[in-house]
Amino acid sequence: MVGKKRVAIVGAGLTLFRRRMKETGKELSYEASKMALDAAGMELGDMQSVVMGTAPDAFDGVHMKGEYLADGAGAYRKPYTRVFVGGGTGVFAPLAGWWHVASGQFDSCLVVAEEKMSSCYPHPQYAFTTIFDPILERPIGMNLIWIFAIEMHRYMHKHGIKKEDIARVSVKNKGNALDHPCSQLGAKITVEDVLNSEIMAWPVQRLDVSPTSDGAAALVLVSEDIAKEITDNPVWIDGVGWCIDSTHWTNRDLYYPDYVECAARMAYKMAGVRNPPKEIDVAEPYDPFDYKELHHMEGLLLCKKGEAPKLTAEGVTQRDGDLPICPSGGLLGVGNPIAAAGLMKVCEIFWQLRGEAGKRQIPGDPRTGLAQAWGDLMQYGSVIVLRR
Amino acid sequence: MSEKIKHYQGEALKSEDIKEGRVPTEKFRPKVKFAWSVGIAIGKFLEELKKGKIIASTCSECGRIMVPPRIYCENCFKPTDGWKYVKDTGTINTYSISYLAADASRLKEPILVAIIDLDGASEGMGIIHRLGEMDKNEVKFGMKVKAVWKPREERIGAITDIKYFKPIKEETP
Repeated sequence: MVGKKRVAIVGAGLTLFRRRMKETGKELSYEASKMALDAAGMELGDMQSVVMGTAPDAFDGVHMKGEYLADGAGAYRKPYTRVFVGGGTGVFAPLAGWWHVASGQFDSCLVVAEEKMSSCYPHPQYAFTTIFDPILERPIGMNLIWIFAIEMHRYMHKHGIKKEDIARVSVKNKGNALDHPCSQLGAKITVEDVLNSEIMAWPVQRLDVSPTSDGAAALVLVSEDIAKEITDNPVWIDGVGWCIDSTHWTNRDLYYPDYVECAARMAYKMAGVRNPPKEIDVAEPYDPFDYKELHHMEGLLLCKKGEAPKLTAEGVTQRDGDLPICPSGGLLGVGNPIAAAGLMKVCEIFWQLRGEAGKRQIPGDPRTGLAQAWGDLMQYGSVIVLRR
Repeated sequence: MSEKIKHYQGEALKSEDIKEGRVPTEKFRPKVKFAWSVGIAIGKFLEELKKGKIIASTCSECGRIMVPPRIYCENCFKPTDGWKYVKDTGTINTYSISYLAADASRLKEPILVAIIDLDGASEGMGIIHRLGEMDKNEVKFGMKVKAVWKPREERIGAITDIKYFKPIKEETP
């Protein structure tokens, strides 16, 4: 760690996640930022830099979204950067905040993530069609759900996984979200409910998928010196990793996310984590679809390839299990305002490690946690390892 | 801090609130259009599709035969140094049976889409395309398929010059 300064998270903020919010993106950004600053006992004047994470401009129809949101994120007359790596943005934003402070350039950084998907209608999905290759893919009539259905199917085929093995993730996460005060889709459902829900693009059914949402989240990052001055219980960013795979996604074997493993190994090496299933006490892998939680557990080396469904069936990933996964309720339960959803996961690990997660608190005094997000054309992984 | 925070900000709206004008909204529809240059590698690929052929580019460094072709090998980061025709047959690597159109509207009859690993290209070199002349109950992993081309005079040099891939019926002995 020569040359790098240790970076702490000292405050977190979150708005409600809903399908459609009255607040603008700027207003949501302000509410989350203010809550994070208040939680840290700090003021905007204490923040030397600001990082904003927000996903495709097409949802808002504002094609300079970073600048558009700047005032709401407290960036007024400050060094400010907007980062965007698709769905990976929510966990990438605190990674960018980390290097602001770890470099020694700044003692503090306000990290904000916002998404307002409801402005685009009749459905924000259509905006997603513009992510595909315009020459070879769009003429086929691509739909975003297709490509995940294709990936899910490959994963199921490779390991002989059944739909019910995957549906358990949706049941768990929507159930966990009942205890989350910001959740959009917390619900008590059964495996049968998932299996009987509308077929969208087989094997993807409606209850396999997270919703579209509006919402914002924020974190306050500070240097070690400041952290020790202002709080007795900082949470340290001990590992960071990020990686992108080839955009030629049809040339890759989609059953396994190599790029997530690459990002995880980078973060584990930095954090000195040698045996992830033993050393990680709680994890929030990215779960926009139920199969993705399993896919990502494997990519994060939290279990062997193809083993995640078995751990889920055995209850290992429940809040009171040996390896709690998505105790927040995840994207499937809390909601999926893309960048804000990823940052919500980092907020959750922060609260879990401080013992402040209320009804969602996992037992066993967790010390080390992880959050991960995933994006672009099934090719981007961002990983953060936190310790108390 | 989660358990210490008693109130979370945010006011949810229903879609009717907007449709029925209960809250003010501002609307806009962009009238912008795009015309893309198809580039060097894909330009050649599309010209060959017009002739009813599928062309790959090759890298002598790593030996890969790549579809879609590129002018650089992203592994070796060198220019690709050859072209090679691959077959218009292949194997279904993975697939979906989709009831969703591009705009997320619902379809009565599903579209079948697949990643097809083309014969003659390096292992796992797939393209995405539609499947046809088969029922949703017939499609399978590992199924052998063949391109169904538009008639020569209708081809324009586009990925849709291939209408879809159909099953190769196994010959009865």
